[in-house]
Amino acid sequence: MRQGEFAMSLLRSAFAAAVVVGIVTSPSRAFDFGRPAKTEEIKAWDIDVRPDGKGLPDGSGTVAQGKVVFEENCAACHGSNGQDGIKDRLVGGQGSLASDKPVKTVGSFWPYATTLFDYIHRAMPYQAPGSLDVDDTYAVAAYILSLNGILATDGKLDRQSLPKIKMPNRDGFVPDPEFSNKRAGK
Amino acid sequence: MTIEDLPKPPSAAALSRRALLTTASIGAVGTIAASRAAADSLVDVPPREPGADLSALSERSKYVKIGRIPEAGPGRRNVDPSDAINSKTPLDKLVGTITPSDLHYERSHSGTPDLDPTKHRLLVHGMVQKPLVFTVDDLKAMPSVSRTVFLECTGNGWENWKKADENLTVQNTHGLVSTNEWTGVPLKLVLDLIGKDRGSTWMLAEGGDAAGVARSIPLTEEIMEEAILAYGQNGEALRPAHGFPIRLIMPGFEGNLNIKWLRRLKFGDQPWMTRWETARYTQLLANGKARQFQLRMDTNSVITSPSGMMEIRPGYNRIMGLAWSGHGKIEKVEISTDGVKTWVEAQLSHPVLAKAQTRFQIDWVWNGQPTKIVSRSTDEMGNVQPDRESFIAQVGTNALFHYNAQQTWSIDAAGRVRNVLA
Repeated sequence: MRQGEFAMSLLRSAFAAAVVVGIVTSPSRAFDFGRPAKTEEIKAWDIDVRPDGKGLPDGSGTVAQGKVVFEENCAACHGSNGQDGIKDRLVGGQGSLASDKPVKTVGSFWPYATTLFDYIHRAMPYQAPGSLDVDDTYAVAAYILSLNGILATDGKLDRQSLPKIKMPNRDGFVPDPEFSNKRAGK
Repeated sequence: MTIEDLPKPPSAAALSRRALLTTASIGAVGTIAASRAAADSLVDVPPREPGADLSALSERSKYVKIGRIPEAGPGRRNVDPSDAINSKTPLDKLVGTITPSDLHYERSHSGTPDLDPTKHRLLVHGMVQKPLVFTVDDLKAMPSVSRTVFLECTGNGWENWKKADENLTVQNTHGLVSTNEWTGVPLKLVLDLIGKDRGSTWMLAEGGDAAGVARSIPLTEEIMEEAILAYGQNGEALRPAHGFPIRLIMPGFEGNLNIKWLRRLKFGDQPWMTRWETARYTQLLANGKARQFQLRMDTNSVITSPSGMMEIRPGYNRIMGLAWSGHGKIEKVEISTDGVKTWVEAQLSHPVLAKAQTRFQIDWVWNGQPTKIVSRSTDEMGNVQPDRESFIAQVGTNALFHYNAQQTWSIDAAGRVRNVLA
């Protein structure tokens, strides 16, 4: 091939390469998948709550209000006192973990109170998960904590106070070293 | 005649018919052949006749009775499916290594949702440059990978923590493990598309079931490399019971992490401490503390035949079983047929795949004496499946999850095979 033709073929292939690169990097071309998520729809689905309280919505509830909500929505499965129901026991068992018959409840075993809000909001009541409004969710969490002696009977929970609660079994967990050191900065 | 008298079966040659006939000198094989000759004649085989029309789906033979068993908890079997929390694979009846799709063990926290794949969405957001929403068709259009791996519920084996019910079959004791081929999009491709922040070291995976089962997943190199957003199960769409239309597959990790009916992946920098990784899937030690984030399924194995509630006769019996490890490939399986006095290496079925169940087998001639048979697996990382005594000494009896001690089947003089602790 003569020099001129070689230069022309180089130019042609460079152009072709530029077109291909354009296809791959342009935002709306064939090699992109999915569509951008909109802020409002993310907000509707973003229901998780972290131990530091991130994710908790604005709202509040008292133990007294929680007792009413619990009786209407929870007692049928968990028992009026959170102990004698047909489903998971929520109350009691503190001090039993090292015994022959350990009893794992919110009060005896759960390390974080924020998990209570996350779980009730996403999964409870069993037949209609997420049907309790935000205030009632704070309220029923407060009631369950009060049944376990962790919150006073005149207590109240909101997004500031809930993450501050230190559960009795906060230090009862031994994280597996292989999978628990993944914190920011490490 | 004991197992030491038999040639070790390191290759197919040793399992040849000639090898078997020349070594089974007490006439065990001859006995079987003689009894069959006296009992029937080919004249009694039913005559040939035309069969059924071609069909859309191949059903099982009416002569094959096989199915899962729904159970409610340790010791709570034969329950109404509405009270069941899991449904166990019939390991005693399976051969090979692939579990048929409709027999894969089943587990859920709020039942199987009925999801319309056209309406289902996957939201991927959090510490990312580009939060995205995918349809199922989007995922199916993306580059895909297929991988054959086991899934195992961490509750597998929980029947034997404190006592051994002698009426258990291997389905009851070990039926919460299965192996399928899973097809889908590698997670790492999605991490590229969204531009995950370098500082994001944890991912929350959440399902579209009523319970919204959600787990915090640490973004280790291994996990980012091997996790799959799957839509395929054994060559076709996922079954609803196993996560239709999309699920997460985390090879080698506890079943609960393989979120079914996947609808959200959120990227963050610390674990969310959901109910399932605190209240549920943690392991109580004897001192009252609980192990957390014990995510990997450990080295395991079980003899599936002869196994619990079966009855064998003196003479030739082939011992078969399955071995698996969340660490990688099974390196070897050893069998003891004399109550752990001596061990012999079993033959593995090839290819041996990492983080998949591996079939093992060994020839055995039973002399009719009461005994105990046990299998012990070793994986490629050198982990050895522990004997029950060492295991309990280390872990206690209240862990509830991650039971992987060696399984012992006791055989009495009448050939009855029963579940025992050791």
